Amino acid sequence: MLDCVVHCCHLPFTFLNFCQATSGHWAIVIAINKVGTVEHGFPNQPSSLAHDPKLRLMAIATKSGALKIYGVPGVEFTGLHKETGTVTQMHFLPGQGRLLSLLDDNTIHLWEINQKNSYSFLEEVRIFRLPGRPGFDGTNAPPSITRITVILLKSFSKMACLGTEGGGVYFLDLPSMQLLDDGPLLQDEVLQAVPDDYKCGKALGPVESLQEHPTDPDKILIGYSRGLVLLWQQSTRQVENLILSNQQLESLSWERSSRTFVSSHSDGSYMVWPVNNARSRTQPITSSIPYGPFPCKAINKILWRTSETGNPFIIFSGGMPRASYGDRHCITIMQGKAQVTLDFTSRVIDFFTVHNIDPEQEYDNPRALLVLVEEELVAVDLQTPGWPTITPPYLAPLHSSAITCSYHISNIPAKLWERIISAGKQQHPQLSTVEWPINGGKNLALEPVHKGLLLTGHEDGTVRFWDASGVSLKPLYKLATANIFQTDADHTEGFPQCGEEDWPPFRKVGCFDPYSDDPRLGIQKISLCKYSNRLVVAGTAGQVIVMEFSDEKSERKMNLSTVDLLQDREGFTWKGHDRLSPKGGLISFAAGFQPNFLVQCIPPAAVTAVAFHTEWQLVAFGTSHGFGIFDDHRHQPVLARCTLHPNDSLAMEGPLSRVKSLKKSLRQSFRRIRKSRVSGKKRPSSSSPTSKVQEANAKLAEQDGPCEVEVTPVQRRIEPRSADDSLSGVVRCLYFADTFLRDATHHGPTLWAGTNSGSVYAYALEVPSREKWTERSTEAVLGKEIQLMHRAPVVSIAVLDGRGNPLPEPLEVSRDLAKAPEMQGSHSVLIISEEQFKVFTLPRVSAKTKFKLTAHEGSRVRKLGLMNFPSVASDEYSENCLVCLTNLGDIHIFTIPGLRPQMRYDCIRKEDISGIASCVFTRTGQGFYLISPSEFERFSLSTRNITEPRCVVAWESGREPLGPVSSLCNNLQGSPKVNRVNGTHKVQNKEESNSLGATDGVMDFPLALTPTPLDSPISSTDVTLDASGDMTVEDVKDYLPEC
Amino acid sequence: MSRSYGKPGSLRVFDMVAVEVKSKFGAEFRRFSLCRYKPGKFDDFYNLILHTHNISNMDVLIGYADVHGDLLPINNNDNFGKAISVANPLLRIFVQRKEEVDYDLFGTDSLTRKKKPLGGLRTDTLRKRVHLSISIPQDFRPVSSIIDVDILPETHRRVRLYKHGCEKPLGFYIRDGTSVRVTAHGLEKVPGIFISRLVPGGLAESTGLLAVNDEVLEVNGIEVMGKTLDQVTDMMIANSHNLIITVKPVNQRNNVIRSSRMSGSSGHSNDSTNSHHSISSAHVMQNYNPEDESDEEADIIIDGTEDPQSIPFKSLSSSFTTSRTNNGNLYQKIQKELTFNDSIKESKGNIFKTLTAIKAEARHSLALSRGGIEEDGTVITL
Repeated sequence: MLDCVVHCCHLPFTFLNFCQATSGHWAIVIAINKVGTVEHGFPNQPSSLAHDPKLRLMAIATKSGALKIYGVPGVEFTGLHKETGTVTQMHFLPGQGRLLSLLDDNTIHLWEINQKNSYSFLEEVRIFRLPGRPGFDGTNAPPSITRITVILLKSFSKMACLGTEGGGVYFLDLPSMQLLDDGPLLQDEVLQAVPDDYKCGKALGPVESLQEHPTDPDKILIGYSRGLVLLWQQSTRQVENLILSNQQLESLSWERSSRTFVSSHSDGSYMVWPVNNARSRTQPITSSIPYGPFPCKAINKILWRTSETGNPFIIFSGGMPRASYGDRHCITIMQGKAQVTLDFTSRVIDFFTVHNIDPEQEYDNPRALLVLVEEELVAVDLQTPGWPTITPPYLAPLHSSAITCSYHISNIPAKLWERIISAGKQQHPQLSTVEWPINGGKNLALEPVHKGLLLTGHEDGTVRFWDASGVSLKPLYKLATANIFQTDADHTEGFPQCGEEDWPPFRKVGCFDPYSDDPRLGIQKISLCKYSNRLVVAGTAGQVIVMEFSDEKSERKMNLSTVDLLQDREGFTWKGHDRLSPKGGLISFAAGFQPNFLVQCIPPAAVTAVAFHTEWQLVAFGTSHGFGIFDDHRHQPVLARCTLHPNDSLAMEGPLSRVKSLKKSLRQSFRRIRKSRVSGKKRPSSSSPTSKVQEANAKLAEQDGPCEVEVTPVQRRIEPRSADDSLSGVVRCLYFADTFLRDATHHGPTLWAGTNSGSVYAYALEVPSREKWTERSTEAVLGKEIQLMHRAPVVSIAVLDGRGNPLPEPLEVSRDLAKAPEMQGSHSVLIISEEQFKVFTLPRVSAKTKFKLTAHEGSRVRKLGLMNFPSVASDEYSENCLVCLTNLGDIHIFTIPGLRPQMRYDCIRKEDISGIASCVFTRTGQGFYLISPSEFERFSLSTRNITEPRCVVAWESGREPLGPVSSLCNNLQGSPKVNRVNGTHKVQNKEESNSLGATDGVMDFPLALTPTPLDSPISSTDVTLDASGDMTVEDVKDYLPEC
Repeated sequence: MSRSYGKPGSLRVFDMVAVEVKSKFGAEFRRFSLCRYKPGKFDDFYNLILHTHNISNMDVLIGYADVHGDLLPINNNDNFGKAISVANPLLRIFVQRKEEVDYDLFGTDSLTRKKKPLGGLRTDTLRKRVHLSISIPQDFRPVSSIIDVDILPETHRRVRLYKHGCEKPLGFYIRDGTSVRVTAHGLEKVPGIFISRLVPGGLAESTGLLAVNDEVLEVNGIEVMGKTLDQVTDMMIANSHNLIITVKPVNQRNNVIRSSRMSGSSGHSNDSTNSHHSISSAHVMQNYNPEDESDEEADIIIDGTEDPQSIPFKSLSSSFTTSRTNNGNLYQKIQKELTFNDSIKESKGNIFKTLTAIKAEARHSLALSRGGIEEDGTVITL
């Protein structure tokens, strides 16, 4: 009776758990809320970009068929095409809140922003496929003549023109998505107007560009790949203007006045052409190869924007000199003499300008240029001299250097928040301050009450601070740790700006830089104390850096210290990397977190656990060899404890190097296999370069691979863990607690450490009182050692107070921010291994309750969090729960200290190992995990604390409602707002609705929401889901009997 | 019931309180009675037996015939209590000199299965079998058993492997495979988990109960259908201290053939109870069966206080009695374990050393219960 699952049509995909509060009221504390998911970061593998100047929206779509629309920060829509395919083009129907997307399977999809419960949402409403036999994939079938190459949306969005591979132009009525009756414009018709000498028996090639005449919507500029450009009047089907160019055409752009247009070509040239209604041969007004005279690459896209202030802007991508800069990803902005070559670190996908669209105005006056490159979105302010970049308020490239760890901290005090923001602002003084130009829609979500900070550690030794309070993840501040070490490369921030004489005038833009100079700099663990503004950052080479926030920049000397974690172990030689050598002398630090001191572990293995207690001024850190405690106040080590198994160390050369050598030997044996195989077969012609041989070898090895696997099927050894297992000494978790370790009457500071082999060490700490701090040093005395018999790695330890609540964080009580823990009743310690949860009494450490997860479910604990779930009904009531993510990607919630399973939910696909590994829980019932190298997904488990886009976009009144469904596209099943992007979600609930206009009635979905039975096979069917029913707090309240 | 050992009792007025004991040593019988509700301790009972038979200078083994006619030993408070409680109303006791004990009589080789009257206990009739000189049941531990024969289909076999305290590795591998199931739609191929390899000399091989290509159906009562190889591997390892696997043997010729249930004892095996975790009626195994889940693999806690001497042994024993174990002979054991507790004291501070010490000590001085530390929920407080 206590737990029940609510079935109700207003709460799709929401499991509610009712727990009886102490007061006798019912309170909802947990809702696994898949509606409330948000993606943060940059979409993986973007493939197209679109802009709606009227509604001031922007859309980005990806190779996996995901579609995202952004407006003002907080306005976000997500959609996913039913078929996973690359979205090659997108076009907004300006002002209508509608969008056309073209997939690489040659289907056109119509998306619509609609409203429900006063919130907008995105849904797919129509699908269209050009009749004919489209080549489904370019690799097998020859390019089909009906393959759509370009789409032009005519003004007022009544019609779309589709240019095809075969050179035909088809006309599609909108929004009905039906071909118009008057027939397509095919090449034969065009060729009649072309002089014979130009025809010379060849086809015109695919349609490369379609541009509507700026003043006369009846005329279309059609550009063919071979170079022919014609201005065509649709109503009369007459060719008005004919331009014969001998260069392969890449792109066309009108000048606003419609007197001229510009064309760009595959040889890196662009030409400006007059429009003069003369049917004779026209010569270009100007023709230029901007990066000539040596052969250049094609200019893929060109824009011509007039400006009140002077010369027009010419903005184009590509065109770089083939030999010297052919590998650069560049966009050039030219205005008269001013020219800059924006140099990106990844491929340019597309770009657009935000400019004046009012037809009454004479000039375009572009305000900003937005460039979508493969790994980030870059915005350039075109109004401010020097064209500085604008930091986008969303789509942050989280992966600018690979993320190595993440850490979330909620309820940041306002003061620290402001200080971090101001430190971040000082880091980028050169950035533009103009308002973000994409600002359509209205964010209805309430300003988040609590500030949440997400910290990501990166491979290059930086820690990035993100505002994780709301729907959009904003970069706040970047902390670099590389500058305190001597590294091979000189770490000058930013790319040196090019001098005057350099040509082309490159300017490095964007921050995506995946190359790390030294992998040892990588950040492994982060711990931040939000009250004392101190930060501990630990890295791959055993470095532990304690930092303090300072508003002023400073120049100081680092306090250095080393801690030998091997102590007296003999016969051990570390064969891994060296430790980083710190810089001597004064180092200058910018405002922000500045290093206080540096502890380096010996041997310099990666730090695997960190704990930080600011009240006692102690830092604990662990590696694969042991753990240590360092006194933050006196700058001296308190304890070093080796956790290596003695048997292990006898034969040991360093656990990591052993693993490495195994890998190495495997690699070598594979190479040997490959070699022998190749030598047994006929070699390719001896003259071929070695690279080809290698390629062939690789292919052979690939081909033979599967057979080998079949011969020896995968088998798993069944053996209990033994103490001799390698890496058994890895310290997995460290935890400070004020509790009863030695006897039941005196509590005091303790440190708990858990290892990979199921050992737990508990130390009693003698922390001197504040007055005696200078005289006495902290001492650590071993209090207890616990060996879990199942020997599974200990992943987390927490002490529960007399009421069964987790102990508050340091300084929380003394600053009156948390209830003091109950010190009267007996404390207990919760020890979580990968296989079991166990609660032991303190100080005697006898087992009280336990839950054997692996024995029952076959899943293992990967990530763990203690969460507080406040009740929706009552502010007073909240429950603490243990939330665990397993290696199968499901989330289990348990009560504490009873360890009663509350619910289970499939969260991440079990194949998505990096997603599971990246998951981080917040204290307030949310979680983040990486759904791609560049995107975090945020999910909410709490009914009180939900982060999801709540926004509204108003379309213009002229939006024509959708007519009845055409017979062509009945098979469409809407797949709006789907949480599965990149296919990483597991979606359990199938709910399909035909959301076409005709069936736009009220749909009451019978919801059969049952969590998967605990031991049933996980259904791996990926089903899309409909989020048309939004869940609100009010809705939930309706179902609460008298709260 | 085919036999009638209740007969003598049925003639007299049945006293619910008294348990009639008929004790046989060699050819001698003694009769006495015990209070059903206050049977006392095993030690007292043992002394009483020695006393009534006038054999106080002898080491003997006491056994009794349970309801199924199986000869089961009485060697601790638990099985003594059980013996008393099942006496209906007569408790038939068999006393044997320790040196002459025929162990085959105990446990699984129950008396009834030999289709012989209890008189068959006479050592001379105990037949052609080679007399293996193995120690008394307390000294050895079972390594495996077939359990739940009475509730499983005959084509399945539920095998329990006792890894605890055993030096042998479990010694088997599992793999993915395809199995054929009979469903409503006829035969269907479904993925399954199979034993792929037995390590020579390993526990699994030495039991003879598992074979390569046996299909694994359950692990400790949880079906593996729909679970991946890795999941099943994790489940098996998590349960490795007390692993119960239900297999469908590839060789179906050696199945236990069940006769009718009417015999009352057919299919009875050591752990023949209706669930995998239930309290076993086979008290021979009491020492070794970590039946109480919470006690099955208690963790070792070593107190690292500076002066361990300050904790007297009294508190040590009290910690034992308050711990959740209810093994009757625990107290006895403590006394014997004191020796190795001393050794732990010396090696305090290093858990690995201690563990090694415990293992080493266990081998020598802890003949009584090897691995008992792990199993009995002992909290070692030094």
